[in-house]
Amino acid sequence: MQYIPNILFLIALVLGIGYFTRNIRKVIRNIKLGLEIDASDHKKERWRNVFRIALGQSKMVVRPVAGLLHIIVYIGFIVINIEVLEIIIDGLFGTHRIFASLGIFYDYLIASFEILALLVLLGVIFFWTRRNIQRIKRFWSSEMKGWPKNDANYILYFEMVLMLLFLIMNASDLQLQRLGAAHYVEAGMFPVSQYLVPLFEGFSESTLIFIERTAWWLHILGILTFLNYLYFSKHLHIILAFPNVFYGKIVPKGKFKNLESVTNEVKLMMDPNADPFAAPAEGAEAPAKFGASDVTDLSRIQLLNAYTCTECGRCTSECPANQTGKKLSPRKIMMDTRDRLQEVSKNIDKNGEFKPDGKQLLDDYISREELWACTTCNACVEACPVSIDPLSIIMDMRQYLVMEQSAAPTELNVAMTNIENNGAPWPYNQMDRLNWKNEV
Amino acid sequence: MSETIKVPTMAEYMAQGKQPEVLFWVGCAGSFDDRAKKITKAFVRLLTNANVDFAVLGTEESCTGDPAKRAGNEFLFQMQAMTNIEVLNSYEIKKIVTACPHCFNTIKNEYPELGGTYEVMHHTQFLRSLLNEGRLKVEGGKFKGKRITFHDPCYLGRANGEYEAPRELLRKLEVELVEMKRCKSKGLCCGAGGAQMFKDAEPGNKEINIERTEEAIKTQPNIVAAACPFCNTMMTDGVKGKEKEGDIQVLDVAEMIANAEEI
Repeated sequence: MQYIPNILFLIALVLGIGYFTRNIRKVIRNIKLGLEIDASDHKKERWRNVFRIALGQSKMVVRPVAGLLHIIVYIGFIVINIEVLEIIIDGLFGTHRIFASLGIFYDYLIASFEILALLVLLGVIFFWTRRNIQRIKRFWSSEMKGWPKNDANYILYFEMVLMLLFLIMNASDLQLQRLGAAHYVEAGMFPVSQYLVPLFEGFSESTLIFIERTAWWLHILGILTFLNYLYFSKHLHIILAFPNVFYGKIVPKGKFKNLESVTNEVKLMMDPNADPFAAPAEGAEAPAKFGASDVTDLSRIQLLNAYTCTECGRCTSECPANQTGKKLSPRKIMMDTRDRLQEVSKNIDKNGEFKPDGKQLLDDYISREELWACTTCNACVEACPVSIDPLSIIMDMRQYLVMEQSAAPTELNVAMTNIENNGAPWPYNQMDRLNWKNEV
Repeated sequence: MSETIKVPTMAEYMAQGKQPEVLFWVGCAGSFDDRAKKITKAFVRLLTNANVDFAVLGTEESCTGDPAKRAGNEFLFQMQAMTNIEVLNSYEIKKIVTACPHCFNTIKNEYPELGGTYEVMHHTQFLRSLLNEGRLKVEGGKFKGKRITFHDPCYLGRANGEYEAPRELLRKLEVELVEMKRCKSKGLCCGAGGAQMFKDAEPGNKEINIERTEEAIKTQPNIVAAACPFCNTMMTDGVKGKEKEGDIQVLDVAEMIANAEEI
């Protein structure tokens, strides 16, 4: 009978980590639905970005208030997780504060956890007020209705509750230590939770043990639940930000990729020795589709981008089109991509492979009006704290519209015809290109 | 400017068996747009004044393909690119300067993979290097003490990380440089990029160039300095739209340097 808590703990741990692993595998499978892309270049620079942008949060602090709050929560999250290690060992082996033998070091460790827990709690409350009381504009755009809005708040509530449980657990533990309860070794330093102890004044030992155990169990079960919540949430960025920054764009932002399939065709067209009537070689691959109309036409990095997006909206708040009331929102481009990818994922889960569902990313999720509003100014790319590139998706979808569907806006077709005919977007004769030198 | 300016072409250089120090890529706007042609001529005056041995492609130049690419027409872009690269390579061009950030970005970043690798400079970078080499003198002249705000072109700034070259030149003009709230890496687009120049904007509540112009006006400038022919058009239209053309001029950095001393 005495091993029942240990067994229950083991079951919770296995279920929690098992289900999480299963979903992470699904994320990897879904990302691999995208086109393979070579990102083996610039290793050194990529690692430098991981240290600077992801670990170092360098782009978060471009906005100092949100950046500072985020750093507090981020450091708190990482450091307090050391405590989770102790909780897991205690849970599995029925020990209590196994690391207490570290002596004074343990005291300082617990003290730092407590201070960080308090800071995280305050930070998260501050975040909540920014979102719900101050109502910062980027949190209230049209794409933030319903689930995205609730998701953001759930994350904050989760973190508040986890930090409170941690402090309550410590406070009741401290009171039990003071009462000299068996099993509760005197260990740790409690600079924050000591102020909660008066709340437990006069409680019996058994009540205190009940409070301490309940807080302990809810804390670890909460962490396991939160871990599994990630897959369904924008909060997945806490893991994916790191690989995403690694795979982020290294070349100058103005450099858009040249489509290799087009290069081959253009070269063939310009080769005077090529036979224009030649049949394709035996077993030659079917010509590639130009651009993207669905998530499977995007690259793996673009799909990773979609899973990484935490919907902070810095991109959208910097977007010139969005700021002047156009429909385009770079954040929505990323959210739509993820939503469609999840729809495809469920389709695969259900049918074993993807069964056409008559839907696609273009039109069913992202409208043409959004795509044509982009000025390709790169403000969204610059703004993203985790190196997401919404512009590349917009460009791929424009390519599909123009090259597969000839569906460019009329005025653009006129400009492109001019370029084709006379080498300039306006209807001037190429032979007049140098006339300016004789004009006074 | 009564005398015609001397603008040699690559074909003429080739006939004489000469190579210029640098090829001046004029661009479509610089060749055909009435406002941009003034920038072209100002830049040529500066080149001449600094004794830079330059040439242009003239009628052999064609659109880089930037608007086509950013409109999604990769096919047309690569056709333009490869045709241009063929011309440039046949003249064995090594170094290119252009007053258009779109041409600059495209030739510098997107041509190499298609076989065209050159040293490419934006005209503000080139003028800065002339200044540093002592070949060009930049002094305040008539702009001394004037309030100037500089509008960063997206394809020079964010796209290629060049924020300082135009500002260094402006400081040499001894102007009072005032920054807009959104400047440098956070600079707001003028609204022309991504082929928007050639189409109407999508429905919204404001034109982007008006939003940007309002921001520029807030700095109470005498001059809005630009470094891109398209930004120049958008900001000029914006200033007219706000009925401020009597108070605020929109000028290219090259024009300012050329006009400061009446070069």
